[in-house]
Amino acid sequence: MRYLPLTNDDRQAMLAKIGVRHVDDLFRDVPKADLNPDIDLPRHQSEMMVERQLSRLAAKNTPAGSVPFFIGAGAYKHHVPATVDHMIQRGEFLTAYTPYQPEIAQGTLQYLFEFQSMVAQLTGMDVANASMYDGSTATAEAVMMARRVTRKKKAILAGGLHAHYRAVVETTTQFTDDVIESLAPVPSDPGAELQAAMDAIDDTTSCVVVQNPTVNGSVMDLAPIAEKAHAHKALLIVVVTEVMSLGLIKSPGEMGADIVVGEGQSIGNGLNFGGPYLGLFATNQKYVRQMPGRLCGKTTDTEGKEGFVLTLSTREQHIRREKATSNICTNSGLCSLAFTVHMSLLGEKGLRQTALVNHKRATDVRNAVAAIDGIEVLNSTFFNEFTVKLPTSAAPVVDKLAADGVLAGVPMSRLYPGDGFDDLLILAATETVSEDDIQILAAKLKEALS
Amino acid sequence: MSMNSQGRPTAPTADNDTGEMTPVFESFSGHQGLRIAEPLVFELGTTQTTGVDVEEIEDFELSVGGLERDSEIGCPGLAEPDVVRHFTRLSRRNYGIDMGVFPLGSCTMKHNPRLNEKMARLPGFGDIHPLQPLSTVQGALELMTELSHWITTLTGMPAVALSPKAGAHGELCGVMAIRAALEARGDAREIVLCPESAHGTNPATAAFCGYKVKSIPAKENGRVDAEALKAALDDTVAAVMITNPNTCGLFEDEIKDIADAIHAAGAFFYCDGANFNAIMGKVRPGDLGVDAMHLNLHKTFSTPHGGGGPGSGPVVFSDALKDFAPMPYVVAGADGFDIVEDGDDTSLGRLTAYHGQMGMYVRALSYMMSHGSDGIRQAAEDAVLNANYVLASLGDVMSASFDGPCMHEALFDDRFLKDTGVTTLDFAKAMIDEGYHPMTMYFPLVVHGAMLVEPTETESKYNMDQFIRSMRGLATEARAGKTARFEGAPYHAPWKRLDETQAARQPVLRYTVPEAAE
Repeated sequence: MRYLPLTNDDRQAMLAKIGVRHVDDLFRDVPKADLNPDIDLPRHQSEMMVERQLSRLAAKNTPAGSVPFFIGAGAYKHHVPATVDHMIQRGEFLTAYTPYQPEIAQGTLQYLFEFQSMVAQLTGMDVANASMYDGSTATAEAVMMARRVTRKKKAILAGGLHAHYRAVVETTTQFTDDVIESLAPVPSDPGAELQAAMDAIDDTTSCVVVQNPTVNGSVMDLAPIAEKAHAHKALLIVVVTEVMSLGLIKSPGEMGADIVVGEGQSIGNGLNFGGPYLGLFATNQKYVRQMPGRLCGKTTDTEGKEGFVLTLSTREQHIRREKATSNICTNSGLCSLAFTVHMSLLGEKGLRQTALVNHKRATDVRNAVAAIDGIEVLNSTFFNEFTVKLPTSAAPVVDKLAADGVLAGVPMSRLYPGDGFDDLLILAATETVSEDDIQILAAKLKEALS
Repeated sequence: MSMNSQGRPTAPTADNDTGEMTPVFESFSGHQGLRIAEPLVFELGTTQTTGVDVEEIEDFELSVGGLERDSEIGCPGLAEPDVVRHFTRLSRRNYGIDMGVFPLGSCTMKHNPRLNEKMARLPGFGDIHPLQPLSTVQGALELMTELSHWITTLTGMPAVALSPKAGAHGELCGVMAIRAALEARGDAREIVLCPESAHGTNPATAAFCGYKVKSIPAKENGRVDAEALKAALDDTVAAVMITNPNTCGLFEDEIKDIADAIHAAGAFFYCDGANFNAIMGKVRPGDLGVDAMHLNLHKTFSTPHGGGGPGSGPVVFSDALKDFAPMPYVVAGADGFDIVEDGDDTSLGRLTAYHGQMGMYVRALSYMMSHGSDGIRQAAEDAVLNANYVLASLGDVMSASFDGPCMHEALFDDRFLKDTGVTTLDFAKAMIDEGYHPMTMYFPLVVHGAMLVEPTETESKYNMDQFIRSMRGLATEARAGKTARFEGAPYHAPWKRLDETQAARQPVLRYTVPEAAE
């Protein structure tokens, strides 16, 4: 067995040193009747055999990169430079633990500091933490943090919040003091959707959670709702599921957000069928001590040399136990490294240009599908994603196109089953979409609808 | 002095007068040989530099509602060579499993097989979107089903929820299911019992689910005090959270008795499965009366820790709880695999967007298939053997907290350092000078100055003997009053001890542009 270095001679010598005859003597506290049960699973296999079987499973899936691809809704197909994956596979990063011993973990700690700085800049906030599991769990944590900060309980989820994020907030807070008011999506009128959230704010409100761009792709000015929230001493939580949009669109911080949470997968991380992803969490300086998750901070060593440590850990579970701000321990360390490497390659210049190309591709797709009879584009604003209304149910159309080798977006009914959105389709286009892809999509859609 | 054919010395030169080696000068560069100083990327890059070539496009009409980002973002860029160099330099300041023994108790720092990495990067796994039509991801759903089969077979439990993102998230899932089950039978309960040796995540999780936490003391032999536990059990107790093997590295020998008592009181038994590595293939939690238990795929099943994640924390459930498992979950139908994403009324709900940590599922299954049923049992045995070898080899110079044998980790406390002035922290830092990552220190809280050593099964006897030699050397010196090597340790790390108090008192959590000099 290739991962086990001990030989039988080693084992015998070690058992002799320990002073027992058989390894099962070390398991003497395990109830005898339950020790060494029959395990009906295959025996060990060579690397080649395992690779063969797993490759066979992988081959049953259709990779995004192999077809014209227009799926988004919170996870996006972007080009990740080869350098990113190479760097995160360095064993010193890959096989390190959470940096509890800072003298031999400055590599991890420095990139975490760089990561926190980049996320703060992108979101337009003062500080960011060292990551959460993903955007959806970060959103739930933000809602609970708002309760701690405001000592109020009512959280308003605007209609434009991704259905999964809403569900995660509702699930996670079902046994806490939070009261969640979820508003209905209004895909055809994002202005009305936002207005409904504004109207729901009152003096009992702890926070209002708004996604930008919305799940339907609309880009919203959040300054008015920030103002209304602040007038009622409530926090504005802005959710960003497409972090690439921050290269083109005004940051949540500039629009008055108090907490920004997001999904960082778009930068540095692959689609991975939904995980591992990268939860972003940023806020303003005055709320730092109410934040969940790890924080890396600057300090000096005994010789005055600058370095980094995990800090403000008195918020955390391993110190505060049941009084902690969150139970989170392991987060998304390596995904945050991928983000940091990709961001270092992009820089502001590359980020802005990539974001602009995303918007251009989405504009091209919008123009192409808007020209098809029977399709109505619902968005007046968008970044790299928008919603169209089809003259028929979207799911069968998407299935038909999938059979034809085109992955043509997300039927809104996949996210909101039974909510009357069966004819709506969410289409995304990133820099990976080619002009040919767009023509194929348009032709196949036309064919499917005729 | 020996010279080569060009007349250059072939060995370091000693100073002629003193006989000492050439002294180390402070360098002009700030580097010290292979220790390369490396500033922040913000100090190296500019907002106009980039390491990517993005296509140029002609002007077009934007549709962002006039909300263009006009102000500078400030993110620095570097050309590709400098990015590679920056992160390579940073990586060399880190200790990882790839570099040596990493005996961090409770964390199971075993070898991370590279086959796993290769498999997770197959485009058929790494490049599929969670919302693709199900007809295009049947292989992914089959893999999740196969992983579930391995997990339920190894644990002897009827059901598993794959989606929790890490161990603590799994705990949340498990305790929520317990609360959902209790509420479904109209049984409001208020209290969760945790042993005082519990991981901090246990009480934090219980509090998150709206429960009051009551602590149960340990017995002198390091196990939960079953009598105290039984005395605390009544119809206000929702659940008992017990780690088994426990955080002292010991198997709870009264576990079935405890489980029976928990069930008799109408409560549920949550088992923290962080230490499953000791018992995989040896005993099934399902045979011990467990109702819910998370597994850490990033501990037991070899997916990399990555400097703090990503993890993956699937939760297994008993028959009493399985109907309350979270969505989504995969089901096999006549036409292939399907995902239940909504509409399950008893389910506790959705804990994360999409379907969980697919990348970790692939790695864990790759590991399980490689080891097989025989190798998994052998791995547990070797992990326990290595830990007991440490315990037996160090027992005379360090103070083992409890009589052996232990499971997969050996617990020492600081009694052997009494009156030496050397603390557990000093001892840990001296291990860094020996070339090892320190063991877990000051945890569990039930012994003074805890040192929790978990070697794992992927260390050879040679590695164990080397490690033991270092530990014996350190312990012997400390006890002999030779404390200099401890006081300022680490001496050989690239940084000396870092000031955590200063970091917390005036937090600097991000880069800011330095103000221009007047």
